[in-house]
Amino acid sequence: MIEVDRLTKRYGAFTAVDDISFQVGKGEIVGFLGPNGAGKTTTMRVLTCFLPATEGTARIAGYDIFDNPLEVKRRIGYLPELPPLYRDMRVRTYLEFIAKIKGVAPKEARQRIDEIVVQCGLVDRTEQLIGHLSKGYRQRVGLAQAILHDPEVIIMDEPTSGLDPNQIIEVRQLIRELAQERTVILSTHILPEVEMTCNRVIIIHEGKIVAVDTPENLTANMRDTTRFFVRISGDIDIAAKAIATIEGVSDVTQVNNGLHVHWPAEADLSAAVSARIVELGMGLVEMKREAMSLEEIFHALTMYEKEA
Amino acid sequence: MGNVMAIFGKEMRSYFGSPIAYVMAGVFLLFSGFVFRNQLLEFHDMAVYLKLAEREEKILLNVNTEVVTPFFEFQTFIWMIVIPMLTMRLYAEEKRGGTYELLMTSPITSAQILMGKFLACYVLYLLIEAMAFGYIGVLSMYAQLDWGPVFSGALAVVLIGATFISVGILASSLTENQIIAAVLSFFFLILLWIIDWAARFASDIFFVILKFLSLIEHTRDMIHGVVDTHDVVFFISAAAFFLFLTHTVLESRKWRA
Repeated sequence: MIEVDRLTKRYGAFTAVDDISFQVGKGEIVGFLGPNGAGKTTTMRVLTCFLPATEGTARIAGYDIFDNPLEVKRRIGYLPELPPLYRDMRVRTYLEFIAKIKGVAPKEARQRIDEIVVQCGLVDRTEQLIGHLSKGYRQRVGLAQAILHDPEVIIMDEPTSGLDPNQIIEVRQLIRELAQERTVILSTHILPEVEMTCNRVIIIHEGKIVAVDTPENLTANMRDTTRFFVRISGDIDIAAKAIATIEGVSDVTQVNNGLHVHWPAEADLSAAVSARIVELGMGLVEMKREAMSLEEIFHALTMYEKEA
Repeated sequence: MGNVMAIFGKEMRSYFGSPIAYVMAGVFLLFSGFVFRNQLLEFHDMAVYLKLAEREEKILLNVNTEVVTPFFEFQTFIWMIVIPMLTMRLYAEEKRGGTYELLMTSPITSAQILMGKFLACYVLYLLIEAMAFGYIGVLSMYAQLDWGPVFSGALAVVLIGATFISVGILASSLTENQIIAAVLSFFFLILLWIIDWAARFASDIFFVILKFLSLIEHTRDMIHGVVDTHDVVFFISAAAFFLFLTHTVLESRKWRA
């Protein structure tokens, strides 16, 4: 459905997207994962024919983005990071306008809008001005806009950014429903989001693809160590050395006022660590399991890819 | 054509759904009405004076040259201030609000978007102009008008409006800041307006060129009742030229760097 072929986009001397190639099949939900400035948005803008590629090309449903932009645009729904809304329009008026410019047949437009409004949970908001809607509802109007003409491919740039947790769950649910008969590309920098919604993840960093895999495989790699934060009263250097000698502890690092202790996920060494601290005659002030932040996970992933 | 109408409809709704159309129509009608009234009073004074003087020789006092001509001349001047405020939002607002991305990723061409926007602004212009023309309608009930120069003056205003609007749209397409768009169009319009002052001190070929480029120069004859095809062609091709430039600006974003 989507074939990206050695795509490169440069802004002057800066290379935003560097020679990336990938394919997305029909019915797949693919997540673009990467930190801000990785090139996710740029890639999406090229795929939607908003920006020209410097080199390389892409085909969507068999149409080249450079040779046949109108055909490509007919087949994609695009939700940019900032939903493209006219604040002075009412929701229904806005969707009517979208139906016209997206080429929905006038006879079908009315019925289509009624369907979309139900699907996106906007039934009781159709007569409101978009400028008066909350951020969550605006995001839904943005989604409605992207799917109104029933496109084969939907491209969404950070569809859940800025929403509250309940809204995020709703939007993800909606994306999964949509994806049943369509191809979806979405970008995010939130890892669990990818896990929950996508069949496949493309990790992109400094304009390059660093990993393409299923979320299960990727997270398995990241979850193979557990990290605890340990705070003690006593000499921190002595404690660090003592803990490092416990069998199974893979790494001990000092952080500002405590220690980070890592061990493999399958073991539970918390008892051994606390026992060792007590043996040293020190006080155990705090001990808690820590989740790895995205930066660390991302870092781990990029490192993993280089080693492999 | 459907796409052009979709954009046209959206822009019209935006003009009339916000205060812009009403405020700008109000400003224009107020100032042009003020000038019209002043010209009329002046005409009245002159008529009374001539009557009192009971001069032997007959002096022709013409309502066309004393009222209608200055009225149209002043209108083009007010439009030069009002039009940048009507055009400034056309592209700048879309770029700022992110909706430009929506338009450019929809199956609709830049030319269709441009035509829709131009037509919407032009129709609004003609609507306001038609209201101002109502003043002359009132005048015609009390005075014997020579309709030829009236219509040629109206034609000049109709033609120069298309040029003004296309300059304003070009400025709007160059930036995402509405204020800058408005300032740029003022600059262009005033430049094209006063360019013939520079002509006065230029020699030979430069004199001809500068004179030719001046907008005011091309309206002068028409407002006084002489419709020359060369002026008509000038305005139509100037509007087409600025629209073409706008289209090129918009399309240049798609060129491969």
